[in-house]
Amino acid sequence: MTRIGVVVFPGSNCDRDTLHALALAGAEPVELWHEAATLDGVAAIVLPGGFAYGDYLRAGVIARFSPVMRAVAAFAADGGLVLGICNGFQVLAEAGLVPGALLRNRGLRFLGRDVRIAAERLDTPFTHLLGERRPLRMPIAHGEGCYFADPATLDELQRDGRVLFRYVRTDGAPAGETGDPDNPNGSLRAIAGVLNAAGNVAGLMPHPERAAEGVLGSDDGLGILRSLVEAARLREAAAGPAVVGAR
Amino acid sequence: MTVAARAESAARDPVPLHRALGLTDDELAAIVERLGRAPKHLELAMFGVMWSEHCSYKSSKPLLRTLPTAGEAVVAGPGENAGVVSIGDGLAVAFKIESHNHPSAVEPYQGAATGVGGILRDIFTMGARPIAVLDALRFGDPADSRTRHLVDGVVRGVGGYGNCVGVPTVGGELVFDPSYAGNPLVNVMAIGLLEERALTRARAPGPGNFVVLFGSTTGRDGIGGASVLASATFGDDDPSKRPSVQVGDPFAEKLLIEASLELIAGGLVEGLSDIGAGGITCATSEAADRAGTGMRLDLGAIPRREPDMAPFEVMISESQERMLAVVRPDRLAAVAAVCDRWALPWAVIGAVTDDRDLTVVHFERELARVPARALTSDAIVHARLAKAPSRERFAPAPGEPTSATDGLPERGMDPGAVLLALLGSPNLASRAAVFEQYDSTVGVRTVVGPGHGAAVLRVTGTSKALVATTDANAVVGGLDPWLGAALSVAEASRNVSITGARPLGVTDCLNFGDPTRPEAFWQLSEAVRGIGDACRALGLPVTGGNVSLYNESPGGAILPTPEIGVVGLLDDVARLVGPAFVADGDSVVLVGEATPGLAGSEYARLGGTAAEDGPPALDLEREARLQRFVREAVERGLVASAQDVSAGGLAVAIAECSLWGGRGARLRLPISGSPAVELFGESPSRLVLTTRPRHAPALLLLARQHGLPAEELGVTGGRRIAIELVGGAATGAAEERGARVADPLDVELDALRRAWDGGLARALGWPTADGRA
Repeated sequence: MTRIGVVVFPGSNCDRDTLHALALAGAEPVELWHEAATLDGVAAIVLPGGFAYGDYLRAGVIARFSPVMRAVAAFAADGGLVLGICNGFQVLAEAGLVPGALLRNRGLRFLGRDVRIAAERLDTPFTHLLGERRPLRMPIAHGEGCYFADPATLDELQRDGRVLFRYVRTDGAPAGETGDPDNPNGSLRAIAGVLNAAGNVAGLMPHPERAAEGVLGSDDGLGILRSLVEAARLREAAAGPAVVGAR
Repeated sequence: MTVAARAESAARDPVPLHRALGLTDDELAAIVERLGRAPKHLELAMFGVMWSEHCSYKSSKPLLRTLPTAGEAVVAGPGENAGVVSIGDGLAVAFKIESHNHPSAVEPYQGAATGVGGILRDIFTMGARPIAVLDALRFGDPADSRTRHLVDGVVRGVGGYGNCVGVPTVGGELVFDPSYAGNPLVNVMAIGLLEERALTRARAPGPGNFVVLFGSTTGRDGIGGASVLASATFGDDDPSKRPSVQVGDPFAEKLLIEASLELIAGGLVEGLSDIGAGGITCATSEAADRAGTGMRLDLGAIPRREPDMAPFEVMISESQERMLAVVRPDRLAAVAAVCDRWALPWAVIGAVTDDRDLTVVHFERELARVPARALTSDAIVHARLAKAPSRERFAPAPGEPTSATDGLPERGMDPGAVLLALLGSPNLASRAAVFEQYDSTVGVRTVVGPGHGAAVLRVTGTSKALVATTDANAVVGGLDPWLGAALSVAEASRNVSITGARPLGVTDCLNFGDPTRPEAFWQLSEAVRGIGDACRALGLPVTGGNVSLYNESPGGAILPTPEIGVVGLLDDVARLVGPAFVADGDSVVLVGEATPGLAGSEYARLGGTAAEDGPPALDLEREARLQRFVREAVERGLVASAQDVSAGGLAVAIAECSLWGGRGARLRLPISGSPAVELFGESPSRLVLTTRPRHAPALLLLARQHGLPAEELGVTGGRRIAIELVGGAATGAAEERGARVADPLDVELDALRRAWDGGLARALGWPTADGRA
């Protein structure tokens, strides 16, 4: 079974949820302690949500210096698949493993509620099993989730197809940047998730692991986790770079 | 009096030390009697905090003993850190509610945050992983700038702590009433899940075992939290009390949770206590007293946050995020390894003894030696005087007719306009603007989060779910504290029963005024009697709780507020029934009947009229039948949705079902009294159920078998709520039966949603969800 590592920082609080959901997605989930210097041979890594090291200064700013992040950066540089969810996305952004930054929500308050996002691409390791582009319902829970980058970077992300998810309206159209309740945190260009240049590292603010079972109101997030597990399995089988997808 | 003025007057007229510590002359005499000598300085400080109302329950203890606490599933009851009830499969649920009113009035963010932190520690100290928080908040007029400051700070504080520590906030209440203007209420309930064999108690067995303190260091914050803040009324010098408020560190708490549960899972501790009100003094003396042992503490071994702390400061500091473990010497290394792994400071601060004394030494000098039980189980108990106020009124006996002169028009009222106004009012509008500031889904257990009646949490790995709610009817309590308390229990239990779940137990947070004032103590004793009566009628044990007295400010006392938390068990989460109308064309059935009385209702609050009649009566026997009925109906699959009639009355109950379900209803309501009473009265023991039309006859029959009146009102569907008021069976003239007897209620769902959605934000001056200020 494909082993997927979930990094546990002190203050991570979605680690157990992520382990649980990855098991539902068909993986053998493995805890990776923040002080670990090696990754225990896992096929992919998830940085879970929470408040790593308390996040009193700024989300993710201390976690990026933890020993495990050196190993994660090396793993990513080698083409390994890394998914950061919520605080995990913030850590990836602070570590420079994905572009941009997560600022305080435009309303300056923590927000926890269901949102709709849609994948911009269905041919990535994180989305290839989603099947079709449709709104996915899952919760957000963050105070610093407003995606920000300079206009040149935003244009580049757009051009290179590295916008992975956007917040969308009921009809699937992207939400506006300001004054649109469908873009809960005021993210620029309604970006909810991005890819790095190589396409093997992704971050997103909403929580797919909290939307992986019908009893919790939505299983729309399971497709994202299953995509990751399957891509990791294929990559492990091929022992080469992650090349998966429909085309 | 300003701080300077008080200091000046103190210099002129020095207050004896015991009085400065909040002890009366009688209490000093009782201490001398227990010690057989005059107490030393540190001993007096320890008694001062332990004999405070907050720690000793010296006024409420005789009342609390009257509450029913037994139940076959109860594993741990009152006196423990939290109540624990078995849910089968070797699992148990731990739950408790606690107040943090006064700290929140002084410093709302930290007051509320540490309120969450404190109740979470009570839960994981028992070996349970905290899985949910519910917060019951009460404030003054939302238009008032101080209220807005308090609401903002408290909501941020609850969220700031709960969100970070990773425990979802899944429910609670937010109520505005002028009586809370100077003394808001912040009651927090926490729920935890444990394997029964992991149950751990706050005890200190085994002389020779080490006493280990781990977690944060000890500082000067929260000196006198229990005695200065929680056990005195507010004067006009509140800012001077700010140093008594503790400061929360949710990151440290998160580490404490993981470390504590790891210590328990590894069987490494003999006993575990959290350090809360009363600081190290309370945790050590209670643990020793429960085990019939003593403790010898070395003051110098306690890690401090700052130098030059006086011994009494160290012993009573309420610095947050600290735990006390009793550890066998051969297991100390393993305990240390767990603490080190979670980067938590730890220290051996003493040892368990067999002399039953709590002894504090510093550099070989004995600073205190006090029988542990003198501080805790043998603390002083006061017999307070209870006296009903002269303007008191009693609720009518069940079935006894009362005047229905509500002073409100029966015709020309436009019930639709009243409904819109009610749904947009601060107490009934959508709470989303507040609960969306909380993480309600972390933990992947939340089946139903805040805003839709009781919260529902699945028990991962089983088909079961826990159902939880908090309720308090304080306005009726102000008129009749027995009735207010009994209604609170009935409503909380009903909210659990309508999901199909079986209520397991009650935790209560009693928020009342100064117990030395006979009227306030009468309110407390009547309310405890009401809780006891209701719990006995409904077969519910009280498994624990908290008493918060002295909730008074220069503006007066708060309404007597018995906040009731109930946890229930649903055997199969797939059978869960919610309040929302789930399908078009379902039959709407009203179970129960309206009884007279509008006093204490939101309708009366809206009208601004002092209602001339009393509050509606409560028949506890009928309430018990109603709850048995609805559980059976759900079990038999006869119920598509279930909602109880409470604040705002029947019309608001129906409107909520419609708003949550996104579909209206077309109904005919037979009435026999005033339309205001029928539509907006809050008489209890009524349910709005929907059922597939083919199940309606069976549902009506089942209700009759339980001796409950039930009537099919119409069907769900459409974009409006239309309620025709027609003559009911009791209407005098037969020809009026079935005829329209008053103006109908007819209102568009979209209009209701606009009123309901933004009502709270408008009341508090917050931007609404679409960004408009």
